[in-house]
Amino acid sequence: MVSDPFKTTPARAVQQAESSCSEITVGQIFGEFLENLPESREYLLLVFSPSSLPLKKRWRTNGLSADFLADYLAVFFPGDEGNPETVGKQDQIQGTVSYIANELLENAMKFSDDGAPTSIRIELQLYLSKLVFLVTNSIKPNTIQSYQAFIQEVLASNPSEMLFRRLEQLAQDDTLKCSGLGLVTIMNDYSARLGWKFETIPGTPEVTIVTTMVQVNV
Amino acid sequence: MELKTEDYCVWYDTATQTLTCQGTLRLADLEEYTPIWQLLNEVISQKPNLLTLDLRRLKYLNSSGFNVLSRFVLKVRQEATMQLLVQASKQIAWQEKSLKNLQRVMPSLQFEIE
Repeated sequence: MVSDPFKTTPARAVQQAESSCSEITVGQIFGEFLENLPESREYLLLVFSPSSLPLKKRWRTNGLSADFLADYLAVFFPGDEGNPETVGKQDQIQGTVSYIANELLENAMKFSDDGAPTSIRIELQLYLSKLVFLVTNSIKPNTIQSYQAFIQEVLASNPSEMLFRRLEQLAQDDTLKCSGLGLVTIMNDYSARLGWKFETIPGTPEVTIVTTMVQVNV
Repeated sequence: MELKTEDYCVWYDTATQTLTCQGTLRLADLEEYTPIWQLLNEVISQKPNLLTLDLRRLKYLNSSGFNVLSRFVLKVRQEATMQLLVQASKQIAWQEKSLKNLQRVMPSLQFEIE
């Protein structure tokens, strides 16, 4: 019997950790972030170069990539023709991967720092009983604080109550603006566990990258 | 009233009081959803007594789209004379997982699931 490879950082914890990469100084962790993820035999990795086209012109690539990841992964859940429940499960997994990957990519594209010399990556790892999404992007320096405050609010709240509160706030505010609904929906409706790691790459200027980890049982 | 692109189609049939959304709605931000938001508001301004919202062939909806859909439901909730029936498909994962949130903000909302 092997030890539990998915032993997690305690939820709601915020801790400082030295990164294994010598170029990167400090990692700040929020939520359930697995530092030493066991190697997966099945995974996909897509890397995007964010500066090659304006965001609006490449927006479609988020959905296309999410659907590709989802359709690819669904192959590993073929279902049993004699058992309709397992066939439904394949559709559910396809839909779950597609939704989560699209939301994570949309966020990564929106919040990444176009001036930073780093690419955006999405990695999907398949394990026996769970899926792990890892999305890495740079983040604009002036948005780091508000993003971390949002993360702390998410981690301190009951996801169901936070989602309901967010939806009710929409009724009070008739201006159409960003709401942070995506991550709360992933937590609440897809029963996912979320974690974040912020790292700083020294240089001029200094670049901060964030890796978002989403774990879903399958 | 109809909005049609290669990704989605949204239209309202006054005779049947049915608003239908089909395809994929993953627009970049709420500003891009403005034409759809305007169409939804026009539907509310007609105050149909029983409005049917047919989502059965809306395969994907991102969180910005769900934001718009929730605002729409909240506006219908404010109209005392309007009832809302949502037609959904349990084959489509986001509908199966997220539509229950709309009932939470509008408990009188009825569902017809196929």
